[in-house]
Amino acid sequence: MAPSTGMPADRLSAVTLPFYLPQDDPGPDFAALVRRTGLEPPAITADVGDRFDLTHATTCVAVRYADGVLMAGDRRATSGNFISHRAIEKVFPADRHSGVCIAGAAGPAMEMVKLFQLQLEHYEKVEGAALSLEGKANQLSQMVRSNLPAAMQGMAVVPLFAGYDLRRGAGRLFQYDVTGGRYEESNHASTGSGSLHAGTVVKLGFREGLDRGAVIDLALNSLFQAADEDSATGGPDLIRRIFPVVATITEAGFQRVGDDEIAERFIRIVEQLELIEAPSLRVPETTTEVDHGERGGDVR
Amino acid sequence: MSMPFYVAPEQVMKDRADYARKGIARGRSLAAVVYDEGILVCAENPSSTLRKISEIYDRIAFAGVGKYNEFDQLRIAGVRHADLKGFSYSREDVDARSLANAYAQILGQIFTHEMKPMEVEILVAEIGATPEDDELYHILYDGTVMDESDYSVLGGDADAIDDRLDESWEPGLSLVDALGVAAAALAGPDRHLTATDLEAAVLERASTRRAFRRIERDEIADLLPEPPPDDEDADGEAGTATTDGEAADGEPAGS
Repeated sequence: MAPSTGMPADRLSAVTLPFYLPQDDPGPDFAALVRRTGLEPPAITADVGDRFDLTHATTCVAVRYADGVLMAGDRRATSGNFISHRAIEKVFPADRHSGVCIAGAAGPAMEMVKLFQLQLEHYEKVEGAALSLEGKANQLSQMVRSNLPAAMQGMAVVPLFAGYDLRRGAGRLFQYDVTGGRYEESNHASTGSGSLHAGTVVKLGFREGLDRGAVIDLALNSLFQAADEDSATGGPDLIRRIFPVVATITEAGFQRVGDDEIAERFIRIVEQLELIEAPSLRVPETTTEVDHGERGGDVR
Repeated sequence: MSMPFYVAPEQVMKDRADYARKGIARGRSLAAVVYDEGILVCAENPSSTLRKISEIYDRIAFAGVGKYNEFDQLRIAGVRHADLKGFSYSREDVDARSLANAYAQILGQIFTHEMKPMEVEILVAEIGATPEDDELYHILYDGTVMDESDYSVLGGDADAIDDRLDESWEPGLSLVDALGVAAAALAGPDRHLTATDLEAAVLERASTRRAFRRIERDEIADLLPEPPPDDEDADGEAGTATTDGEAADGEPAGS
């Protein structure tokens, strides 16, 4: 009622319902509302990254396919040389038709995802209509950009954003850099410490119009190869049954692929790899342990 | 400086209440009905873009009657209240009772302290795990809160609609029956409401997160019962069931 009656804002601060005069109204912007209400956590200015081994989340890939787009991420988080979490999740729904996955400092990254999800939902509820996919990608870009001071302190967050564009009827994906730079990729993108290896596998295996099964296998393969080469990327944990998080985003919305299906596909991939790798397996001879048996230790 | 005339406080309050009630009575009414799988909110609203019913949070819906700009402002404040609370605590901590109290506070404050009361009545509905856990808070222009169960009616014509629902509502209605009951109660004995006159939304009990779902006009048309016999072919689905010749006798399909 404040606008039409000219009620002063300080009188309304006693009640818990956020009312604003039209000139102060933050509109559908949730981040602005959080700032306005003083709930925003203080920005980190110290060089935290140099003093502590922060938890870091690693490899994620996004691949476009026939029905939309797929996102996948491994489950490992590291603090320096330690594995700090075996079952962290890096792929999240952003809203019904989009998803976000993160690599970088886990604390700020989780906070960013939470704020991003709320931002999209808040906009949708206040305005009565969801943002366009382009608008969502821009919102995330601004959030990554506002994290730049923290990134300079060793807490970079580099997300991937992907969604099904209902207006175009196709899957689209975006990658970012620490300055908030936003780059739309036509077919696939990867982020995190294992992104080089995962990205290469996806690049070589990508074809136009992959079906759901093929694209899931491609993503799992890429994460397996990344885990094989990069110590910060986790492979499938068959003992604890922890597998990468894989989600498809199609016209039907964001859907996480079930763990049973992932397990089944992974076991098949491992069997195929065994056929390729096992027959040629030959452990190189070492020069430190000298076998004084048959060969008598001679160097021939 | 001129001294204002003395007016008795009773008179001031009565005048304000009359003013608010008259404003509310000019608009059309709204009913919320508990059915077997959720809560249906159904409003008489010829506009398909200016909404009376909307989503506040995962399991909470909002509905308002009266002056549109005023209840829409309350709606946005409610979304902000809920989203901020969920952001600083947890999604589970957002509840309809606390929101209803916040609304009551502000409506009461405006009613007593401002020149003009808000010409609105609002409903805050929260879906529970079972129909017994459902919450319906009906809040008046002066901040009066009523905790209602089974169904709730807002608007100038509330008493008559309430009486009709009292006769037709029963526990365990299906969605189709609930919509029929609500539409008939809103219409009264002399009128028949079609899909284009109605706005409807549900809170679905089975939902794991966002339980609010708008029922679009096409779906309302499918769910509404057949019109009474003397008014045949009046609703949107007339063309599907009858031949061209028969349809031509009545009103054109979709009118």
